[in-house]
Amino acid sequence: MPTLVSHPDEVKVISRRFGQGAAQLDRYLELDGYKAAQMAIDNGPQWVIDTMKASGLRGRGGAGFPTGLKWSFVPKVSEKPKYVLVNGDESEPGTCKDHVIFLHDPHAVIEGTLIAGLAIGAKTGFIYLRGEYRYLLKIVEKAVADCYAKGILGKNIFGREGVDFDIITQTGAGAYEVGEESALMESLEGKRGVPRIKPPFPAVVGLYGGPTVINNAETIASAPHILLMGGEAYAKLGSERNGGTRLFGISGMVERPGVYELPMGYSMKKAIYDVAGGVKGGKKLKAVVPGGSSCPVLLPDELEVGLDFDQMAKAGTMLGSGGIVVLDETVSIVEFALRTIKFYQHESCGWCIPCREGTDWIKKSMQRFYDGGGSTKDISNMQYLAENMLGRTFCPLGDAAAMPMIAFFKKFRPEFEAYLEGKRTAKHFITTDELVGVAH
Amino acid sequence: MSTVSESIFTPATAERFDKLVTIYPVPRSALVPMLLYAQDDLGYVSDAAVAEIAHRLNLLELDVRNVLSYYSMLRTKPAGKFNIQVCTNISCMIVGGYDILSHCQKRLGIGHKGVTADGEFSLEEVECIGACCWAPAMQVNYDFHDNLTVEKVDSILDDYAAGRGQDVK
Repeated sequence: MPTLVSHPDEVKVISRRFGQGAAQLDRYLELDGYKAAQMAIDNGPQWVIDTMKASGLRGRGGAGFPTGLKWSFVPKVSEKPKYVLVNGDESEPGTCKDHVIFLHDPHAVIEGTLIAGLAIGAKTGFIYLRGEYRYLLKIVEKAVADCYAKGILGKNIFGREGVDFDIITQTGAGAYEVGEESALMESLEGKRGVPRIKPPFPAVVGLYGGPTVINNAETIASAPHILLMGGEAYAKLGSERNGGTRLFGISGMVERPGVYELPMGYSMKKAIYDVAGGVKGGKKLKAVVPGGSSCPVLLPDELEVGLDFDQMAKAGTMLGSGGIVVLDETVSIVEFALRTIKFYQHESCGWCIPCREGTDWIKKSMQRFYDGGGSTKDISNMQYLAENMLGRTFCPLGDAAAMPMIAFFKKFRPEFEAYLEGKRTAKHFITTDELVGVAH
Repeated sequence: MSTVSESIFTPATAERFDKLVTIYPVPRSALVPMLLYAQDDLGYVSDAAVAEIAHRLNLLELDVRNVLSYYSMLRTKPAGKFNIQVCTNISCMIVGGYDILSHCQKRLGIGHKGVTADGEFSLEEVECIGACCWAPAMQVNYDFHDNLTVEKVDSILDDYAAGRGQDVK
């Protein structure tokens, strides 16, 4: 069971109800639950969208798109039904924040879905959880059932005539690619999780061809808090153009790993050294994967950066899903890079060629390199392969695979070269005789 | 959608399926959950399961198989009663995920996707399961086990072997 952590620098907005039994509806109601949804009914859709815009909330799945703006793109009048879709297919390596939300505050996700529905004029919302999260799905299913029993979902909710909203929970069955919004819609329509071409964007043509708002679970769960505290007040917690707080999952070789809620723009260095207690066992820091495995790695001298979308982009990387993975000096980057590309090769859906072939060839070359059959030319060649995937794939998975690999080759080229000369000082983690690999 | 008079699934699952095909704007949306629940029932997605699901959703068996082959949790061969899924992705790897996997391999005498002779356990090396801050982690069927050590894994496997393990479904 995930353990909760705490640090004085945390600003608890979304994690305010964690550890307080808020998965129970009665308790959630005691903790200001479903007040925001009723405010949304009272004040109308435009007020909700204006408040969300003022909050500066940006998509917590990793793309960082302004949520209020996304909601405003949905046409007011539509022949086809509109939908709200919650992406709880959390699969980016290094990311476990939605896990904690579903466990401790499932009603915040439900209330956020309801609010989004009211804002765009949808009558149905879907909450999609990855298949591995079965125990969390059961928690969410119970929370939804409790809401129906109490008149918070269904017809005439909160006793308001003509205000209807339904929520359907859905499970995936194991696929990283389904975390991509259009692939998730395909999966929810009972198909293979391959991405759709854009445009049209989901706000115009989404689930079942209807206008759809799709948001990450953390984004959706932030909405009730924003309505309660006001958009401007929420925005002020964060940094410029990056409103509020977000959950950061700090994992790897730190003293106190865990999911912490920090203001946007909080120092990366402080997050690692103060909040998470620094590198475990007093070892030297080697590198940081800042926002899930798809984000280009940062070196120890690149950590003077604020944790928000713009500052991270300026530092040549991404805030991503907020999953910070800390590597100490014993980690072999060659091995780490191999494990990273093995993941993307395994998860590439195969729909488009640059990603399918690119991830496969980099993985094959990396494996040969790792096994001792590499040459100097391989390093440049793998980097070339990765660079040629960038921007040439159907969906962001190709970029997600290419970006971290390019950073490994560029920032750690001397280590790759030394590896060729047999200098493998770092400890190797892959201890199995046969490198088992997830490949089938 | 027609209900199936002679379902191969348990009454509870058959009832769930009867309902599942009615709740979505399009019945086919029930396909991915149905495949997973079918697997929970039977241990794998059998030919008969594919046939019944296709019938319930008015799809071709080919459509069902096309989706079945995409998702990594779905399998067409039986796994062990307890399927051990060890994460070795980055956050787990650097804090000993491979030691856990290697220990399971030795203890159970099976490799990736292997099943023990008595059918009790199977083993899989899996990608990130979303337990990074409590790494290394694994799942036994749907149940999460985290902050693992080799000793802890031994006691977890002892519990399952003795019938004391939890089995979330």
